Amino acid sequence: MITELGHFALILAFMVALVQMVVPLVGAHRGWSGWMAVAEPAAKTQAVLIAFAFGALMHAFVTSDFSVRLVVMNSHTAKPMLYKVAGVWGNHEGSLLLWCLILAVFGACAAWFGGNLPATLRARVLGVQAAIGVAFLAFILFTSNPFLRLEVPPFNGQDLNPLLQDPGLAFHPPFLYLGYVGLSMTFSFAVAALLEGRVDAAWGRWVRPWTLAAWIFLTIGIALGSWWAYYELGWGGFWFWDPVENASFMPWLISAALLHSAIVVEKRESLKSWTILLAIIAFGFSLIGTFIVRSGIITSVHAFANDPERGVFILLILAVFMGGALTLYAARAGVLEAKGVFSTLSRESALVANNILLTVSCFVVFVGTLWPLIAELLFGRKLSVGAPFFDAAFTPFMVAIAVLLPFGSLMPWKRAHMGRVARPLWGAAALSLALGALVWTMQTGRAFLAPVGLVLALWVALGVVADLWIRSGRGNLAQKAGRLWRLPRADWGKSVSHGGFAVTMFGICAMTAWQTEDIRVTRVGEPFEVGAYTVTLQDVQEVQGPNYFSTLATIGMERGGRTIELHPEKRMYPVQRMPTTEAAIHNGILRDLYVVIGDPQDNGGWAVRTYIKPFANWIWAGCIIMAFGGVLSLSDRRHRVAAGAAKTRTAAVPAE
Amino acid sequence: MIVSRRSLSRVLAPLMVALAVIGQPVLAVQPDEMLSDPALESRARDLSKGLRCLVCRNENIDESDADLAKDLRVLLRERLVAGDTDEEAIAFITDRYGEYVLLNPPATGSTLILWLAGPAMLLLAGGVAAVYLRRRRPERQDDSLSAEDKARLDEILGR
Repeated sequence: MITELGHFALILAFMVALVQMVVPLVGAHRGWSGWMAVAEPAAKTQAVLIAFAFGALMHAFVTSDFSVRLVVMNSHTAKPMLYKVAGVWGNHEGSLLLWCLILAVFGACAAWFGGNLPATLRARVLGVQAAIGVAFLAFILFTSNPFLRLEVPPFNGQDLNPLLQDPGLAFHPPFLYLGYVGLSMTFSFAVAALLEGRVDAAWGRWVRPWTLAAWIFLTIGIALGSWWAYYELGWGGFWFWDPVENASFMPWLISAALLHSAIVVEKRESLKSWTILLAIIAFGFSLIGTFIVRSGIITSVHAFANDPERGVFILLILAVFMGGALTLYAARAGVLEAKGVFSTLSRESALVANNILLTVSCFVVFVGTLWPLIAELLFGRKLSVGAPFFDAAFTPFMVAIAVLLPFGSLMPWKRAHMGRVARPLWGAAALSLALGALVWTMQTGRAFLAPVGLVLALWVALGVVADLWIRSGRGNLAQKAGRLWRLPRADWGKSVSHGGFAVTMFGICAMTAWQTEDIRVTRVGEPFEVGAYTVTLQDVQEVQGPNYFSTLATIGMERGGRTIELHPEKRMYPVQRMPTTEAAIHNGILRDLYVVIGDPQDNGGWAVRTYIKPFANWIWAGCIIMAFGGVLSLSDRRHRVAAGAAKTRTAAVPAE
Repeated sequence: MIVSRRSLSRVLAPLMVALAVIGQPVLAVQPDEMLSDPALESRARDLSKGLRCLVCRNENIDESDADLAKDLRVLLRERLVAGDTDEEAIAFITDRYGEYVLLNPPATGSTLILWLAGPAMLLLAGGVAAVYLRRRRPERQDDSLSAEDKARLDEILGR
């Protein structure tokens, strides 16, 4: 019964979305305030209805209702509760419902917090948002209904893919979707602004929090996925340049670019039409990502059911929204006249450089991801584009960004003098180069990558420090600290995020270059040396988990009299007949110890892989720092004041 | 068929439908496959990382669990032991399995487009940005005083 009610609520939500799409847009066009006012309650109603539908599906999973097809295919009574819940979005239909839920909740939030928007803009934003909702709800209802029942319910389900039964991965999709779908909000704002024919500083200020939020969620989502790959997949890789990973990375790059260009719109009223274009493209990449993951067109497509009908549907959505928005853009972009003038050397130009590097790097990832398809269609060549290509073609952009970042962040608006910008950075450059050289000589014969990464990371980090030092002004330490404390949160957000970028960069280079690896067959009780550690396989046992059998090893790693005990596992999930490896990791600030137990050998030994991964955790710590910087920026007074001033002024005043 | 676990990494919110997995996985490169000569072995490892496991998704043979990947690893090592250079060993494998096996597509023929797409786009974007920045530049501001202003200034200062 609840399942049917959920289905019914979903259909109702579709109807509401239809109304929300048509009525406010017509109202805004004609200037009928009554029609425009429909948007707000409709957005909230739609969110409540989809939330109910989602709740109904979750109820079916939690109670293991095996008359529902989706539950049978993705759940099992023996599965731990966390994964019963996470199982709701661990499949195509359920994750699509989650997508719609987030879409509607974002819309409702815009209705909620959008009190200070001009009435027509708000009506248009909500109308466009509803149009996206209509498309995706139709997609669910007509091709991927999660509420289908089975005529003869089986006794038990087929369980969730064991690899997905992991806390890191349970929360990875929701964050990623919050990011993807968050970009729908910036898209709606962009299209609404084009319909209005007006983009001003106020628009920049309204659209920035949504972009920031989307970017924060994407950052966390990608970090979670990468962290999961690191500890779950066996040998500690953290990024494989797979199409599905790229699908999440491309929107991240574009939203990072958008984040920076929206600042220029807000502060200087320049780059307007470019920012609008970025906002459209950012959501376009979200849709392309959805397409890549769900259509089955690119080789990675194992990830979701490969139903061509679904692929066509998403392609249709992509064509309608991108085609429509870009046509509108072509027709209207001319109206958006830029105001601010600035010299070639200025913060504006630095942000333009940032945007070029980020978007072109995204373009490289995009071309690399689609190239196998293009090569086969156009040239009849069946080839692969893998990690070596992306490493070679993408990395230079990140290097360039890191080199330019401190200069850009120190430049004043409008006009900068290179001498004045560079002066405080000489120290940073010298110090980071010196340290890099030191490391270079200390690690003779090892990869060039680590010292380079260290120099760049240090350069960016010291650039942040120099920036803060200058912002703290003159006077004694107490005065400086006071000034720093009173800096706007957005400035702190910038510094913290850039610092996080430096940390991640260093982590990636250090771990890739300095990793120690050991692969061998060993018997129980025979010690061997890996790096500075003495490793001993102490014991191997067969144990049973809630829904799996496990081969549990005990491995001791001894260094300087202290022994760290690790328990790597090999699991077998009988329902899905699927084995997994559970690496045992001892996390540390300076290094991770990472051991994997392999197969038993004929001579009574075991295959054991031991890794020492220096600075591994810095990769994800940096991501979290970046996201935290985003949160700081989001909490800036500017945004809150704008929200608080809801009713007092209806038409926003430009920042200047 | 052994389905490689790594192939599942391509996660968003993935679903694997009906995976039939037979037997235990082998874990990527195995101790018994490895060559005793460390220099040769490290060459083999490096080369393996650029070769695709043909039955997996976007996974190199060094990290793959599949039987085919194991066969390729052993084959590659045999070639190296037989005295092949890196290029010869790779050529030996691409002759048999096609260029699909290379994770790093060689920059020849139409693949040149792939390699040049990034730099070309960067140049294009740089060019467009340069034009844009020129237009945004403020009118040349002459900081020096005109003769008229100078005369007036002198007058004011009583010179």
